[in-house]
Amino acid sequence: MEVADGMTSVSASDPPDVVDVVLRAEGVELRRGARIILAGVSCEVHRGELVALMGPSGSGKTTMLRAIAGLEPFHAGRIAVDGVTLEGGVKLSTATLRELPRKVGMVFQFHHLFEHLTAIENIRLAPVHAYRVDAAAATARARELLKSVGVDHRADALPRELSGGEAQRVAIARALAVDPPVLLMDEPTASLDPLRRTELGELLHGLLRQRRTLVVATHDEEFARDFATRIVRFRDGLIVE
Amino acid sequence: MVVAQSAGVLRWAGDPEGGAPFVEADPARPDQLVGFDVEIASLFARSLGRTSQFVNVDFRLIDQSVARGDAEIGMSGIEDTPARRATLAVTMPYYEFHEVLSVRDADASRFRSLADLKGRRVATLGGTIAYEILLRAERDRGITAVSYDDDVHPYSDLVIGRVDAVLLDNVLAERRQRAMQGFTIQPQTVAVGHYVAVLAPQNGPLRDTLNETLRAAMRDGTLERIFTKWRVWNDDQPKLYARLLAGEPVEPVTGLDTSVSVATMTKWEAAKRYFPSLLRASLVTIVLSCLSMALAVLIGVVIATGRVYGAPPIRAVLLGYVELMRGTPILLQLFVLYYGLAAAIKLPAFAAALLGLALNYAAYESEIYRSALEAISVGQLEAARTLGLTDRQILRLVRGPQAFRLALAPMTNDFIALLKDSSLVSVLTVLELTKETQIFATNLGSWVLPGSMCAALYLAMSLPLAAVARRLERRWKSPTA
Repeated sequence: MEVADGMTSVSASDPPDVVDVVLRAEGVELRRGARIILAGVSCEVHRGELVALMGPSGSGKTTMLRAIAGLEPFHAGRIAVDGVTLEGGVKLSTATLRELPRKVGMVFQFHHLFEHLTAIENIRLAPVHAYRVDAAAATARARELLKSVGVDHRADALPRELSGGEAQRVAIARALAVDPPVLLMDEPTASLDPLRRTELGELLHGLLRQRRTLVVATHDEEFARDFATRIVRFRDGLIVE
Repeated sequence: MVVAQSAGVLRWAGDPEGGAPFVEADPARPDQLVGFDVEIASLFARSLGRTSQFVNVDFRLIDQSVARGDAEIGMSGIEDTPARRATLAVTMPYYEFHEVLSVRDADASRFRSLADLKGRRVATLGGTIAYEILLRAERDRGITAVSYDDDVHPYSDLVIGRVDAVLLDNVLAERRQRAMQGFTIQPQTVAVGHYVAVLAPQNGPLRDTLNETLRAAMRDGTLERIFTKWRVWNDDQPKLYARLLAGEPVEPVTGLDTSVSVATMTKWEAAKRYFPSLLRASLVTIVLSCLSMALAVLIGVVIATGRVYGAPPIRAVLLGYVELMRGTPILLQLFVLYYGLAAAIKLPAFAAALLGLALNYAAYESEIYRSALEAISVGQLEAARTLGLTDRQILRLVRGPQAFRLALAPMTNDFIALLKDSSLVSVLTVLELTKETQIFATNLGSWVLPGSMCAALYLAMSLPLAAVARRLERRWKSPTA
């Protein structure tokens, strides 16, 4: 799979990043009507970090993840991910929309696996159709990914037949199928028991060893303390520490 | 059976759609009926010391309506046939007509008789002697019989070339010729028939009284005055009256061998005889329904996609289409498509039927697909977007397939409804199962056997379909279940 290679800078004004910084947000602002959700968020994330975004509900951490993934248009500021820049207040260009998924993967709180496809079909869908990977190669890679997250025995199960933990692992494998350097996760421990939570932490650390970068929005202090390399706290749409 | 009989009133059934000179609304006073059958009904009522009261009944259902007692008498150019004599009380004939061929002016010298029309389409009114004659000619002479529900469209379709000839009563042909140009009535008589009034079988005594009235009206010139007024009096009538008054028997039809009429067969013989044509008509029904549904699904998907993804003006246009097709009767749409647009585009009957059903059902299908598309959670779409799928790919690979699973049950419902609605296309001369059953019932004089056979055939088509849909549904199950 060659999808992650070849960094394409789509913004000429963006100076080449220092090698280490894979994600940089500058003054990101986002409003819904009169309500301010993000009030000028700035931060940097280095390659190989596991950053936990923490803070009370409604503090803006999930919205920040969605903004990075290109799902939430923001009004001002900019976000640069491994050479792709999203400008606030501007509709994302087709080129950006095409490049962004190769840079950022997203694992949703409720997984959002495609309900009509089996686990392995969920994983190979994007490589085959969006990136024109040969079907046999995509299937082989999907199997590898399932194995690496420990659910290869569930390859032919439909999402409704998977447990919450299994579904989450399939969702992680699906996000990794496109081989993005940055993986975003929203509340990954919300429905896991302590044992599964530890297993997840170990799985994520394995990803760090592959030089991937993880940004995780979570309420789970203990998980953050045990596994995050850094904790960023949100309050009222701002990073407070 | 109860026969409606309120003192002082004689209820008679007729169809004003047939029009003058039989029964029609008075152009000057549309709430009043005029026509020779109206005057004969008044004559009957007067002779009984009652006043006549009109009951509006579809031409094809007058026999059944009289038999079940909605009216005491049925008239409207009703033909004397062996089937009617066998199943109803029939008065003596009061008018003799000729079945005549009409052809386009340009064909007048080459299409003189049915024998000249091999391989051609010949139209008439369904359920009549003329239709029986055409069915025989279909077997014996290789013509194609085309059955219409009214006596006006055969002639308009003749003029624009959808059919090559029309076989109908001279009364109808001559009346049409006064209103329409472009066709010639051939002088040769194909068959001779008579108009009668029909009564329920147990009303023999009343029928005998009415026969006395008719005899008196033949003698004293009342009938001659009526028919002269309506411009249909000719030399055939005095000859007919002379034979009747002399007590000679008058055959219902001459020129058509009626010895094999189904009315005189046992029920099982009749069933055996009609079964092949009912099967053929079922094939028309199922083929028409499958093709219409396929087209409706295709158009429905396009409309639904446009309504979910399109720009506001496109959405507005599509919504307008959906509301128009859902809000007006499908029968009206079929008429407009086939007859209304005939001047601009001359669709063959089957194509018009297919298109009409498809365009109508597409509106319903599109609503099913639209709501199914909108039922797919935003999360599914966002997940697909973060993986790099384009909007089009998301629709094709994620949203569409899931929506289709949701739409399956209502679609099955619609297909079964379409299977039955396909009976409406008989108004466009497409001979499908219900129409064929109606012809069978008319000839047999009963609905019990034809109705049961027809119902069995519809069920034989719809039940397997429902079973397949149920199996698919079980396999897919609703994803949210």
